[in-house]
Amino acid sequence: MMGHAAKALPFVSDEERAHWHDQALWFVRLKRDRQAESIPEWEALRESASAIKAHTLSRLADYLEEFERNARANGIQVHWARDGTEHNTIVHRILAGRGITRLVKSKSMLTEECHLNPYLEAQGIEVTDTDLGERIVQLRREPPSHIVLPAIHLKKQDIGELFHKELGTAQGASDPSYLTEAARGHLRQKFMAAQAGLTGVNFAIAETGGFVVCTNEGNADMGTSLPPLHIASMGVEKVIPRTKDLAIFLRLLARSATGQPVTTYTTHFHGPLRGGELHVVIVDNGRSAILHNETFRRSLACIRCGACMNTCPVFRRSGGYSYGYTVPGPIGSLLAPLRNPSHFGSLPFASSLCGSCSDVCPVKIDLHHELYAFRQELVRQKIVPLYKRLAMAGLSWVLMTTWAYCLASRLMRWFVPRLPRALVYGPWNPWGRQRELPQMPRESFRDLIKKEPT
Amino acid sequence: MSSRDAILAALRRNAPSAMPLPEAPAAVAFADPESQFAEAFTSVGGKVIRVASLGNVNTELGNIESYAQARSIASLIPGIGRANVDLAALTDPHQLEGTDVAIIAGEFGVAENGAVWVPGSALGLHRAIFVVAQHLFLTVPASEIVHTMHQAYDRIRFEHLGFGVFISGPSKTADIEQSLVVGAHGARSCTLFLVG
Repeated sequence: MMGHAAKALPFVSDEERAHWHDQALWFVRLKRDRQAESIPEWEALRESASAIKAHTLSRLADYLEEFERNARANGIQVHWARDGTEHNTIVHRILAGRGITRLVKSKSMLTEECHLNPYLEAQGIEVTDTDLGERIVQLRREPPSHIVLPAIHLKKQDIGELFHKELGTAQGASDPSYLTEAARGHLRQKFMAAQAGLTGVNFAIAETGGFVVCTNEGNADMGTSLPPLHIASMGVEKVIPRTKDLAIFLRLLARSATGQPVTTYTTHFHGPLRGGELHVVIVDNGRSAILHNETFRRSLACIRCGACMNTCPVFRRSGGYSYGYTVPGPIGSLLAPLRNPSHFGSLPFASSLCGSCSDVCPVKIDLHHELYAFRQELVRQKIVPLYKRLAMAGLSWVLMTTWAYCLASRLMRWFVPRLPRALVYGPWNPWGRQRELPQMPRESFRDLIKKEPT
Repeated sequence: MSSRDAILAALRRNAPSAMPLPEAPAAVAFADPESQFAEAFTSVGGKVIRVASLGNVNTELGNIESYAQARSIASLIPGIGRANVDLAALTDPHQLEGTDVAIIAGEFGVAENGAVWVPGSALGLHRAIFVVAQHLFLTVPASEIVHTMHQAYDRIRFEHLGFGVFISGPSKTADIEQSLVVGAHGARSCTLFLVG
C-alpha cells in the first residue's frame, strides 16, 4: 500500500507548481480570515454550530424520521441506502424506470464516495458534472483534488489545452473568462438536454422536511428547475433540527469555505417542480459505524467547507491526490482511515499537528487531536509498519532513560561528523532525503550547564 | 429488515448520550442596515440602484445597457419593464432559454451578506427564470432589510412554499486558477433596485 508521502512525490517534484498551489490556497485562507473577523460573534457561532451538531448526532435517528415524515408530506419521495452500492442502485432504478439517459449533476462528494458516475455510465446513462471545476476534472477523467475547489491542482494552461481538445476553444487560449464562457455555452446545451438533475444536500431540515443546496455558479438551480426529475443524495449526518439552525450554519459555511459572506445561490427545496418528482436518497455507508466510535464520532459534524484543507501546510504542499480519498486534507485523514484503517493508515501522519485545522473548523472538530489519537490507534492495531513501531519504542526508551540518552548523544556527536556522508544519509535515514542534519555541537547542553558557575 | 429500519436501528444503537440543543448567540446589529446591505450586495458583484418608488424602476431600467439591448424580457412584477415574454403561455421551462432579462420581486434583503430572499411564489409558473435569464433585475423594499440570517429565518415560513432561494449577486466561479469570473451558469449581471 502506497502511503501519503509516496503519493505526494509527483506533486512535490514540480516545485513551482506546488508553490503556486500553496499560495492559491493560502489566499483563500486569508479571505476566510477577513470574513471571520468581520463577525464579532464568530467564535460564539462556531460554539453553537458545534453544539447543534453534537446534539443532532445524539438524536440522529429521531431527526431523520422527522425529516422523512415532513418531506413525504411535502411530496418528496424518500429512499434509504445502507451503502454506496444500494445508493447507486436506487438512483439507477429511478432513472431507468423513467427511461432517462441524460443526467446533469451538481457537486456532491457523497456520489464521489459512492462512485455513482462510473456505475451509471456503465449502464448507458450520460452523466455530466456541471460545476465548472468538476466538469474540468471529469473531462480529464480525474477525481476532484479538493472538495470545494475541484480543479485547484490545475493551471489555466492545462484547462486551455483540455478545452481546446474537448470543447474546440482556440489553441493556446487560457484566459479564464474566455474558458468559462466556453464552458457556459457547452454546459447550457447539457442543461437543456438533461432529463434529470442530481444534487447533493448541504443541510436537510427535520422540522420542515426540506433541504438546502448552496452554489455560486447556479448549476444546481439550472439542473433542478428545467428537467422534471430531481434526485438529491445526502449522508445521514446532513440533517439539522430546525429552520433557525440554518442561519448559524449558513453564516459559517461560505465564509469558511471561500471567504464569501454567502454563496450566490442558497436554494431551499420543499417539494418537487410543478408536475415533477423530487427524490431524496439518505445514505449511511459507514457513518453509523463511525457514530459508535467515541473518539472519532465528531468527524461526522463536518459540513464540508474545506477550510481545514486551505489552511493545512501539508495539504497545500502535497496536493489533494496525495491522500487518495474523496475527502482529502485533515478531515479526510480521519474519515478515510475510519473507513479502512489498513488502506489509509498513512494519512493521520500527513499532518504537522500544528492545530491550524482545528482553529478554522466552523464546527470545531478537534482535528489535530483526533489525528494524534488516530496515530496511537494505528500503532495499537499494528497497522503502523513494524520498523516504525520498533524505532518509536526504541526512541521512547532512550528518551526516558538518562544514561542511554547521554550515551546516545555522545555517540552521535562523535560519529556523525566523522562518518562518510553516504553512510549517514543512507536509505535508513529517510529524514535526511530532503534535509541536512544539523551541525553536531561539540558539547551537550548537560556539559555546558556543568561548567556554569552556580 | 428494510434498509431504513437497519440504518435507524444502527444510529440509535450507536448514538452518544443526549446533548442539549443550544440557541443562536446574540448577533451583530448594524447602525445602518440599508447601506450595509447595499455594500454587501455590491461586494459580491451586484449593482444597487436606489429608487424612491417602484414606478421609478422603469426610468432607471432604460439607462442600463444590458436592459436597453435586451430583445427578450420577462417580468414577474406587473407594470415593471417592457415585458415581451408571455410567461403564462409557456408550457415548458426549456422555452425560457434565450430570455435576456428577468425582473423579479425579492421579499427582503439581509444586511450582513447581501442576500435577497426570493420565494417560489415570486417566480411564477417556471422557477427556472431566475437562473436561465442572462441578466437578473431584482427589487427589494428598503424597509425590508434585516440585519442577519437569524432574523431572515425568523420570518421565512416554509409551509405551502415548495421553493425559495437567497440570491446574492450574479452567478460566478473561480474554478480556473482562482480567477473570479462573473457569469458562470446563471445571470451574467444582477442589478437590485432598493425601493423607498
